[in-house]
Amino acid sequence: MSFKLFFLLLKAAGWTLSISLVSILLGFALAIGLSAVLLSSKRLYRAPAELFISFFRGVPLLVQLLFIYNLLPFIGLNVPSVVAAIIGLTLCTAAYQAENLRGGFESVPRGLIEAADMAGFSVRQIFLRIKVPIAMRLTFPALVNEAIMILKSSSLVSVVGIVEVTKMAQDLASSTYLPIELFSSAALIYLVICWSIALIGRYTERALPGGVK
Amino acid sequence: MTLPAINVKKLVKRFGTATVLQDIDLEVPEGKVSCLIGPSGSGKSTLLRCMAFLEESSEGMITVNGEALGFFENARGERERLPAAQIRAVRSQIGMVFQQFNLWPHMTALGNVSEALKTVHKVPKTEAEDRAMAQLKKVGLENRANHYPSQLSGGQQQRVAIARALTLSPKIMLFDEPTSALDPELTGEVLNVMRDLAAEGMTMVVVSHEIGFAATVGNQISFLDQGRLLFTGAPADVFAKPRHPRLEQFLDTYLDRGASMLV
Repeated sequence: MSFKLFFLLLKAAGWTLSISLVSILLGFALAIGLSAVLLSSKRLYRAPAELFISFFRGVPLLVQLLFIYNLLPFIGLNVPSVVAAIIGLTLCTAAYQAENLRGGFESVPRGLIEAADMAGFSVRQIFLRIKVPIAMRLTFPALVNEAIMILKSSSLVSVVGIVEVTKMAQDLASSTYLPIELFSSAALIYLVICWSIALIGRYTERALPGGVK
Repeated sequence: MTLPAINVKKLVKRFGTATVLQDIDLEVPEGKVSCLIGPSGSGKSTLLRCMAFLEESSEGMITVNGEALGFFENARGERERLPAAQIRAVRSQIGMVFQQFNLWPHMTALGNVSEALKTVHKVPKTEAEDRAMAQLKKVGLENRANHYPSQLSGGQQQRVAIARALTLSPKIMLFDEPTSALDPELTGEVLNVMRDLAAEGMTMVVVSHEIGFAATVGNQISFLDQGRLLFTGAPADVFAKPRHPRLEQFLDTYLDRGASMLV
């Protein structure tokens, strides 16, 4: 297999990386909002968030992507397929991340909140200075896991017409008759990216002040 | 006699259908060390937590230096909850030390002690850290200022927790079994800090199984059993000639373990 083919795969990996990264970050922002609603004491507020999560966790990502890709033009939104792909991945990862965060917030030991209460912190100060940093470190390993899952799931966005690593390998394989070389190269690229995410994650986790308990 | 630092009147606390505190009347004298003793499940920790408003009582009143804590009696004689800002204001007179230390794991010892000054009281960083450092020095941990809680022993963590409470200049310090999570060797260093604090005239309420500490440092001992306050008195009255049969039975187990030489 020529270097030129591998270079084409690497270029396609740019799509894989950028779509995944944007989706993870947008998903995280959305997940913070969702988890806050999930922790509400009012059933009425929780219900829509719970519905959202059970839908996006309960329907295969492939179906979600096809659904969103076809739904957007149907309701009059003509957006590039990359936007549809990012929306699909974002909503899906937000559902998972929201559940992680909710668990994280609920696991902040009560005593740490009581100590802040006694020190005169307001509800807002407790949230920002105590709950968020501790929930973050409690959910950090799960967040890294989710980033890896989304990176791999991004191979599915080929169904909405994005030529990322998987799709590129498929296209090249059918034109060059070198499927083994191309798919093993694609696997290698995924492996290296995921391994890097895990490594960065582990390093960041160690660098968190006070360590993760 | 002056106004009691904390006055508990007819306090009742229920968890669901279980009554854990029944008609508690207790005056915590200012500048003295009051100890709450009793078997596990007697309600002593719950009573202390009510004094910090970490538990809301079901009936009765608590005043802190004359100010109502959490609830007040309105003109019609009904119990009414005070607004949150007022609860915070009254509570600011109280410092609390917990059994599990409850240090914030993502902050250093210095961070734990200076955090409330910075976040709540908006004291400039350098001044807050100077004041925090002074408190750490007082508990003998100035050389551990930049350690995280996970890098400290239990005894050191509890001393940081005491410094954290003291840095806000409370008038009253509450201790909820401060040495129960520590092995005997580390218990001593925490009790020494508490002894120093008592010698300075801090008003203290201590829930503890350290009968020796209660006997030697305590000025007033209250004995709780099954949610009732059975007896309050001077240490000599409680330990030397326990008059209540239940108290006698409770103390026997401790005196057996060699505490008798202390009383």
